[in-house]
Amino acid sequence: MKKKQKEPLFHIVKRDVLPWYKAWGIRLIAIIAALIVCGIITTVTTGLNPLKVYASFVQGAFGSGRKIWITFQNMSVLLIISLALTPAFKMRFWNIGGEGQVLVGALATAACMITLGDKIPNALLIIIMSISALAAGAVWGLIPAIFKAKWNTNETLSTLMMNYIATQIVAFFTVVWEVPKGSFTVGIINQNTNAGWLPQLFGSKYLLPIVVAFIVTASMYVYLKYSKHGYEIAVVGESEKTAKYVGMKTGKIIIRTMILSGALCGLAGLLLVGGINHTITTTINSGQGFTAVMVSWLAKFNPITMVFTSFLIIFLERGAGEISTNFGLNQSFADILTGIILFFIIGCEFFISYRIAVRKSNKEN
Amino acid sequence: MAQTAVKLVNISKSFGQVKANYNVSLEINKGEILALLGENGSGKTTLMNMLSGIYYPDEGQIFINGKEVSISSPKTAYELGIGMVHQHFKLVDVLTATENIILGLDGKLNKKEAAAKIKEICDKYGFDIDPDQKIYDMSVSQKQTVEIVKVLYRGAEILILDEPTAVLTPQESEKLFNVMRNMKADGKALVIITHKMHEVESISDRVAVLRKGEYVGSLITKDTNASEMTDMMVGRSVSLNIERPKPVNPKPRIKVEGLTVKNIEGIEKLKDVSFVARSGEILGIAGISGCGQKELLEAIAGLQVAEKGSIKYVNDEGEEEELLGKDPRKIEELGVALSFVPEDRLGMGLVGNMDLSDNMMLRSFRKGKTPFTERKAPHALAEEVVDNLEVVTPSIETPVRRLSGGNVQKILVGREISHAPTVLLTAYAVRGLDINSSYTIYDLINKQKEKGVAVIFVGEDLDVLLEISDRILVLCGGRVSGIVEAEKTDKNTVGLMMTKIAEDDSKKEE
Repeated sequence: MKKKQKEPLFHIVKRDVLPWYKAWGIRLIAIIAALIVCGIITTVTTGLNPLKVYASFVQGAFGSGRKIWITFQNMSVLLIISLALTPAFKMRFWNIGGEGQVLVGALATAACMITLGDKIPNALLIIIMSISALAAGAVWGLIPAIFKAKWNTNETLSTLMMNYIATQIVAFFTVVWEVPKGSFTVGIINQNTNAGWLPQLFGSKYLLPIVVAFIVTASMYVYLKYSKHGYEIAVVGESEKTAKYVGMKTGKIIIRTMILSGALCGLAGLLLVGGINHTITTTINSGQGFTAVMVSWLAKFNPITMVFTSFLIIFLERGAGEISTNFGLNQSFADILTGIILFFIIGCEFFISYRIAVRKSNKEN
Repeated sequence: MAQTAVKLVNISKSFGQVKANYNVSLEINKGEILALLGENGSGKTTLMNMLSGIYYPDEGQIFINGKEVSISSPKTAYELGIGMVHQHFKLVDVLTATENIILGLDGKLNKKEAAAKIKEICDKYGFDIDPDQKIYDMSVSQKQTVEIVKVLYRGAEILILDEPTAVLTPQESEKLFNVMRNMKADGKALVIITHKMHEVESISDRVAVLRKGEYVGSLITKDTNASEMTDMMVGRSVSLNIERPKPVNPKPRIKVEGLTVKNIEGIEKLKDVSFVARSGEILGIAGISGCGQKELLEAIAGLQVAEKGSIKYVNDEGEEEELLGKDPRKIEELGVALSFVPEDRLGMGLVGNMDLSDNMMLRSFRKGKTPFTERKAPHALAEEVVDNLEVVTPSIETPVRRLSGGNVQKILVGREISHAPTVLLTAYAVRGLDINSSYTIYDLINKQKEKGVAVIFVGEDLDVLLEISDRILVLCGGRVSGIVEAEKTDKNTVGLMMTKIAEDDSKKEE
């Protein structure tokens, strides 16, 4: 009572739901602010003209026809993985094992291509490849789901651990299949016969993943929004007690959803090996299983919004790569810029939910 | 008259568009018990939270002992001598009373000294706690006592009690009131938030009424009466009688025999419970909170595994069907129309983040052969419930968590009675609801009863239980201490039954 009380300078107030245009306005401001901060940091640390750096950034993603195609191809794969994780996330099942699920899908594809290539008709091979890739991913998703459903183990840990197992298995087979011996790489599989290579659509080798991503996006949107399964996933995610209350079998729903999630990751693995790289390495997925977590969250689990968030991430990635080569900066500098931009984009969500109320200066007494 | 301890001047606080408090000016005097009255959502708790440093007012001034202050945190509130006892206790179970009381205080830790000081406080005001007892060994009323002593220990001169009697038996409430009177005699300023009119009449000196976030006025308790106070709260006159139509042709509907239930920790929550619920009748369940009411309803609804016993559903033809061991879906498939309004509305009965229509779908989403959900019927049902029960909502597409407690309950009850149940289970159906909404709910329940539904009504306000039930089953520590005719009993008898068995083996109690 004797102590003089300090007025807090500001306090945080929860907002009512903002109209969409205001929310997007805030996001736009965040991006502009991020670009300004990035510009300042670029100038201070490298002495380069930030505008030139930005231009090069955009060049990285859209500089040429080929670059544009690659941007969209990469975006499609990332989008598929993000969509794969989304039903699990909506169920509050934190599947961070996308990386491993993609890898085993890729491994299954490669295994079919190597062992069955030229022995059976190509169409049959591709069918077998697809089935095994999806099944492998599904199994990788199923295992943590069973543990969760039966014994309520922490899925974050188990899905994460499954990633390491997948990586090690792939590393093992890389040695088994290495060409030439001692290189520790598999090399391009069936380079001469192209057996098991996924078909090109309309003569473009980039188009297939894009089309698949489009189909998956649309289906996932409908599945989550309009199907009974989607409704069950939403209820289980919001409240397991409510789910039980209306007689949903949560264990069954968790298992079913993780099979779907894993299988779609396996599909991404199929595209990576059969359609894009035609080889397998432990880093073929380059961490996209984790990047996809961010893509899905940024989109608030909405498949349509995910098209934009996956584009944003790939754009940043490709732009950052471009400036590090163009200006002789190292990759870390590009990562700093990407980090700043993401920080602003994620951080601005706070200002969409809350506002800062500054205290009007009151007379002191 | 008395000295002013707290003076609130033109306090306003908004959450988004909602004005929780608007221009509230209020005085709290020393040596006085002020009852803060208002319907739910009228801003009582918000106002008191500003006083105890949990929220910060948008506008207005607070004076403590005539000096303007700014309460920016609960710590500041303590320093100013303001203490609040919340509805939900904030105690660490594995620590003793003393440890909980001194938890978070600055300075040297001296448990002995603290225990002595606690003893002194207890003697002074007539509290009855053992400073060395662990919290998990305590009954609800003992835990509450610890909370109050904690506040006093920190030197509170201004005490705020948020619905302190909601969890107490009538006898325990009376004990609390005696302590409150002692504190009042000691010159402390007390504020009590409660919904129970008879308590307001017996304990308070003055009543301050809030309506829709605004201060309506204050009354001297002895110069007023319950109906005048409720009229002031609601803003128009309301009738305070609950109807009790005579049961028509009651027939056994639910037969429970020897039901024993253990919770996850292996503690017996229900022991050898047997009773019959009849159609066209309201069976009230009375008991101190946590005496097995939740387990009993959940066992009937197919959500609780039982150790032994049986729960039989009897249909109109007298055929019996075992419900125990079946999940809600199987029960539904048996053709048993069972409705359950659980205690945890947004955590169990509804999904807070989903809109009205999607919440209606919880019961019906399996309908139809396609893999897709049928959305027209739930949407229509949502509209029907909104119309019939006068639910206040911006739209059908509003997430239910954004509605007030009363409206949330109307949605839940509306959905549950929409599929023509034969059994209706309700747990604390009017908890946290304002008077108007409460009467709407009583009315709905009575209508179900008249339709021949067997209603099992778990309640906490004995006055209401006595008025609405035909029979009352009293639970005590998971056992049935008796089933009484509501008309032929009184509050005291039921209150005693609620504690009777607990005294035999109070160890069994949580």
